[in-house]
Amino acid sequence: MRPLFKFHGGVHPATHKAESTRTPIALAPIPTKLVIPLHQHVGNRAVPVVQVGERVLKGQIIGRPEGRLSSAVHASTSGTVSAIDMQLVAHHSGLPDLCVTLIPDGKDEWIAHSGVDYRQTEHTDLRHLLRQAGVVGLGGAVFPSDMKSYSHKHKIKTLVLNGAECEPYITCDDMLMRERAGDILRGAEVLRELLYAEEVLIGIEDNKPEAIAAMQKAVLDDKHAHMEVIAVPTLYPGGGAKQLIRVLTGIEVAAGVRSTEMGVQCFNVATAYCVWRAITFGEPLLSRIVTVTGNVEHAQNYEVLLGTPVDELVALAGSRADTNKHIMGGPMMGVDLPSGSVGVTKATNCIIEASPKLFPPPPPALPCIRCTRCADVCPAELQPQELFWFSKAKDFGKAQEYHLFDCIECGACAYVCPSQIPLVQYYRFAKSEIWQRERDAQAADLARERHEYRLMRIEREKQEKAERLAQKEKAALAAKAASPAPAVNPEPAHTSSAADPDDTLQMRIDAAVARAKAQAATAQPKNVNALTPQQQAEIAEIEARRAKIREMASHAGADDEPPKSNQG
Amino acid sequence: MWSSPFITQPSSVSQIMLRVLIALIPGIALYVWYFGPAILVSIALASVTALATEAVMLKLRQRPLGPFLSDNSALLTAWLLALSIPALAPWWMVVVGTAFAIAISKHLYGGLGNNPFNPAMIGYAVLIISFPVHMTHWITPHGMGGIELSFGEQLDYIFNGVLPDGLKLDAVTMATPLDTLKTQLHLGLSVNDIRDMPIYGHLAGKGSEMVALGFAIGGLYLLSIRIISWHLPVAFLASLFATAGIFHLVDSVHYVTPLFHWFSGAAMLGAFFILTDPVTSPTTAKGKLIFAAGAGLLTYLIRAFGGFPDGMAFATLLMNICVPLIDAWTQPRVFGKKGEGK
Ligand code: SF4
Ligand code: SF4
Repeated sequence: MRPLFKFHGGVHPATHKAESTRTPIALAPIPTKLVIPLHQHVGNRAVPVVQVGERVLKGQIIGRPEGRLSSAVHASTSGTVSAIDMQLVAHHSGLPDLCVTLIPDGKDEWIAHSGVDYRQTEHTDLRHLLRQAGVVGLGGAVFPSDMKSYSHKHKIKTLVLNGAECEPYITCDDMLMRERAGDILRGAEVLRELLYAEEVLIGIEDNKPEAIAAMQKAVLDDKHAHMEVIAVPTLYPGGGAKQLIRVLTGIEVAAGVRSTEMGVQCFNVATAYCVWRAITFGEPLLSRIVTVTGNVEHAQNYEVLLGTPVDELVALAGSRADTNKHIMGGPMMGVDLPSGSVGVTKATNCIIEASPKLFPPPPPALPCIRCTRCADVCPAELQPQELFWFSKAKDFGKAQEYHLFDCIECGACAYVCPSQIPLVQYYRFAKSEIWQRERDAQAADLARERHEYRLMRIEREKQEKAERLAQKEKAALAAKAASPAPAVNPEPAHTSSAADPDDTLQMRIDAAVARAKAQAATAQPKNVNALTPQQQAEIAEIEARRAKIREMASHAGADDEPPKSNQG
Repeated sequence: MWSSPFITQPSSVSQIMLRVLIALIPGIALYVWYFGPAILVSIALASVTALATEAVMLKLRQRPLGPFLSDNSALLTAWLLALSIPALAPWWMVVVGTAFAIAISKHLYGGLGNNPFNPAMIGYAVLIISFPVHMTHWITPHGMGGIELSFGEQLDYIFNGVLPDGLKLDAVTMATPLDTLKTQLHLGLSVNDIRDMPIYGHLAGKGSEMVALGFAIGGLYLLSIRIISWHLPVAFLASLFATAGIFHLVDSVHYVTPLFHWFSGAAMLGAFFILTDPVTSPTTAKGKLIFAAGAGLLTYLIRAFGGFPDGMAFATLLMNICVPLIDAWTQPRVFGKKGEGK
């Protein structure tokens, strides 16, 4: 038995997983239309490469990756592009984003595609294939997989395969492991090869015995050396990458640090599956497994074409009449979807149909009584009650000092709070405010620099003028010297400024640059310097939520009153 | 729009406070057994006063009555205050003490969750400073062969200040065991002589030692259901024991045993019910240890060398002042940053 490690805190919410694991994964039919967002991943939005009215084939690229951190987007089936425009998307922000709307022709006609043997292919080519196949992290983070499968900088010992699935209700990874364990492990082999990792540790929470058995059997059947399936204790948020890495290896990856710097990389099981399909069969990421559960007649996992409208998907499971919202993801970290019309994306692991009966709105919040139940369960080992206090008081500097940005927004604190304070909302608010301030500071820096530059220019012009003057005088002097007239001393001021104009100018520039730098350094909030691309992407996302949260906080900041938005 | 998490554990402030109230019951039951039902009257009186004051203050501060009146925190303050003062205290003392605790030391500081000082202890402090004489008349425990008042007579005294014909207050009350100890030591008696007096039992004062035991049992219940953490009671009792132990070892003629200190006065009540008030104690584990150990030390010093017979209340209040500082100094390292400096 491998010794396991513990992470601090954690909670045990009711799992509600049995409902959706009674029947095998079903294939969702091709819907009447597909709304495919071009930004389904962390990084730059894909650039549309099709025209309205164009017929596309299944697997054809409709959005090309743009920039280093990006991923391709494909037509999930064959049909006609009916629109390329801004539509509501399944995203935290609740804001519209560019989508390709596709009317399927029902033929499901593939574009020509073929795979490669990963053992015979250059790593760079493999990574390129992943990028072109639109493979991103399917655990919900949607980070482009090609960017995560480098290892030249840091030596990676352990590849952690995340099959923990700790959030209540979600069972898509569970079912995938039960049914397609072989392909998952083959994908893990590809990733191991790309990372030159010594071992693959597959962490699965012990409330999924069938999945554990299936994966163990596949390890034995296919004789995967260096792979081990490990049952980890069921404890939310044990499926968070940092928490699972900690449990399996004992390594703690601090906020802002990449796990690869510590010799570990983590991929979700579904991502490994897609890696295998993409490399070996040339199949891009066109569909994913989605758990449809909650207020439905028969909860079920479906293999769903990306872009399938949520309304059409939930209808398959028999969404009940009193459903009042769709939650994407789990109940702890999920998103309240802005509409049922949004398309399923690569991040959609689960749709929970919510009704007031199933998820009653919380009672009004009471003041914090400092009971520290929140601190007892915080996996990041923060003091949530202090963060709450500082966020509410808008004392953001203090909030950062107390490691606000180490908060993973897992919701464990809010889950246990006896005062029913929507703590995570306050943290999101504080984070977004800080991002905004930082941006303001940067803008101010820019303005300052421009200002300094202007001063410099004026100064230079002055000097040049002086120089010209001096030269003229010199010339005049020389002329005079040539003549027998007595010498006249030039004005001292002119001498000094004209003495070595280039040097003073350079010094001034240097000083200005140094000053600007120093100011920028002090203006930069702590904790936000070393940003991973993922965090940078989060900034954008958080920004979008700001307006809403801000409105909420105006109530929150007023007094003990809970934020209004929490009531609806 | 509503944001995650969408589920919460069914727990509430009122539930937590209710459990604490329940945990007080064994101690109260023993109290009634040894000292008669007068304590129930003062608890009731304090409760009504607390709720009424709470309601008035909430109205004045324009806060909703429902959620705050039902949070049980005012009741807890009331019970703790009633248990800290003599059961035969006249009704107006109970009312004044409780009203002050709720109105001034809780609501003027911002209400639930915002008061830096333990309200019950503030109430106690106000009473002992304003009415020191009344605070020394404690009922003589049952079975001491003295005169015992009936419930009706107790009520008559509490509300009308009238004792049955011919009785003096001194005949039915006595000073607390801690108080007696202090005065007798001043008179030059040794600890052993004093301990032989009839008011003392096995551990400390007759009757009161059993009540303290009752509070300890209630406290263990709170520990077992994790309403309170072990840090506070353990550090407090350990520090009180250690300090008392050192003095006792050095000079057992003038200093009583540490066990005596544990089971007299408000030590047990304080260890499990007063220091553990989350609002007025530190939030970090290390901070809790420092806070409670400090309170234990101060309690001993006040008891042994101060002007008041018991030191629990003032020790608590003094340590309450230090809480923000203790918290700031004892912030733990966060995930992944254990090896780093601050
Ligand atoms: S759980 Fe809630 S009430 Fe308790 S300390 Fe944390 S924020 Fe405050
Ligand atoms: S949401 Fe943040 S503060 Fe709350 S428990 Fe999770 S990591 Fe800790």
